[in-house]
Amino acid sequence: MAELADGPRPQECPGSSSAQAGRAAACQGCPNQGICAAGAAAPDPAEAAALRARLRAVRHAVLVLSGKGGVGKSTFSALLALGLAADQAKQVALLDIDICGPSIPRMMGLDGEQVHQSGSGWSPVYVEENLGVMSVGFLLSSPDDAVIWRGPKKNGLIKQFLRDVDWGEVDYLIIDTPPGTSDEHLSIVQYLGAAHVAGAVIVTTPQEVSLQDVRKEINFCHKVKLPIIGVVENMSGFICPKCKNESQIFPPTTGGAEKMCQNLNVSLLGKVPLDPQIGKPPLLEHFFESKVTGTAT
Amino acid sequence: MEEVARERSNLAGVRHILLVLSGKGGVGKSTISTELALSLRHSGKKVGILDVDLCGPSIPRMFRVQDNSVHQCDSGWVPVFVDQDKSISLMSIGFLLENPDDAVVWRGPKKNALIKQFVADVAWGDLDFLIVDTPPGTSDEHISTVEALRPYQLLGAILVTTPQAVSVGDVRRELTFCKKMNLRVLGIVENMSGFVCPHCSECTNIFSKGGGEELAKHAGVPFLGCVPLDPQLSQSLEEGRDFIQEFPKSSAFPALAHIAQQILDGTSQQSS
Repeated sequence: MAELADGPRPQECPGSSSAQAGRAAACQGCPNQGICAAGAAAPDPAEAAALRARLRAVRHAVLVLSGKGGVGKSTFSALLALGLAADQAKQVALLDIDICGPSIPRMMGLDGEQVHQSGSGWSPVYVEENLGVMSVGFLLSSPDDAVIWRGPKKNGLIKQFLRDVDWGEVDYLIIDTPPGTSDEHLSIVQYLGAAHVAGAVIVTTPQEVSLQDVRKEINFCHKVKLPIIGVVENMSGFICPKCKNESQIFPPTTGGAEKMCQNLNVSLLGKVPLDPQIGKPPLLEHFFESKVTGTAT
Repeated sequence: MEEVARERSNLAGVRHILLVLSGKGGVGKSTISTELALSLRHSGKKVGILDVDLCGPSIPRMFRVQDNSVHQCDSGWVPVFVDQDKSISLMSIGFLLENPDDAVVWRGPKKNALIKQFVADVAWGDLDFLIVDTPPGTSDEHISTVEALRPYQLLGAILVTTPQAVSVGDVRRELTFCKKMNLRVLGIVENMSGFVCPHCSECTNIFSKGGGEELAKHAGVPFLGCVPLDPQLSQSLEEGRDFIQEFPKSSAFPALAHIAQQILDGTSQQSS
């Protein structure tokens, strides 16, 4: 989203989307050095064309966001993908861009799987014939491996995921994100520019300490012109399996997601209770599909 | 030269610096940072909290000072005191935002610059403990914070997890981060470890159980204890109350007090 200044590039310019962008000796003194070093430069024309080609095959892209960590983005993304893939006629792709804390492989029962290269790019790992998954988790050889990367390197991998993964024709591309409003989020919105982005689903828990971060995320969406499909309130109450009484473990002291959605004029897609067995896909699928098909037509 | 710079710096009066980390989001880093500060305060210590979560700063609200702003003095920024006592002081980007709903949409370099400022320019004065609350992950904020604190005596890091595999998986990576950055691991806390129904006392392991303890054993680091899910603790944090003072009979209290005691024991062993 940062525009590079016009004018001649330095001799031996490494290229604005290379790993050396902004850091090579040749970059000293170049007016674009800062932009390139932050990985914020728009992709090269050739790269942009490659991204466009891949994303043309995606009918609807949905980002799953939250300002807050640990509210259930990955859980929701996984269940949503599974729910949508229950319709065998739909091709679903689940992309995990949480580079430091990739949860999707474990949630989908794909621990230990690796990515394979083919002539047409990286092959996603298939859970079902119509549900493919990609995550940095598949690129790590040990569960102890840490990805200790600053922003530009993370941006580079996200771009690679979008450019090089051969999903084929996809009805729904669900993108699970890390918490926050930083490199990963800016980059994915930027790189998805060519795709039809149905919008964002924002996940929260009921308490104010989550909502205060989620309001920032809603603001982020407005800033980058990302439509908001709606908000899901997760961990919304707990029913004791023994006495069936409800406890509010994460109390909605300021009215929960319902009040926030009213105030900010966004849809509340639903509330999901705390459930040690984990959620119920048809409920999420119903809420989601009615929104997406509504926006698509 | 470096010795002199260290002596004159804003961290010269800080006796122990500890980081609260987790690979995973939402496991209770800010909660543990807050309750640890409150517990240490109750043991007569002066404590500061530096909140380097720039996108989702939780600390100000947990002390009910979210509407405060930061002032300058000759040595830099004055931290926000939680009360008249001045025994707990805070610094967070939360105090620098004009509107609390403003999103901080910054890439790494800008975040790194503010973190360097936070480490160098806050006039903490004399503190027994400076607790650094971090966002989830192993990225810009974490690398920059550790590098900026390198010249000072970093006590070490407390790692927070919840019991289930998906959290423990991320915290394993955080342990690798600590190893690579030469950061001593003071121990692992297993948070949200079980819920006792207030109506019938049935215990449900909503987020499973034991993952944190097993990880500590596997990694050869101390296990600091299990903190149960406690609606009174959640409520207390929502309202910015002093949980340690006001809810000593609540289910999370014993574990939180025990964590603080182990930190105190560790530091008194160090000095003897």
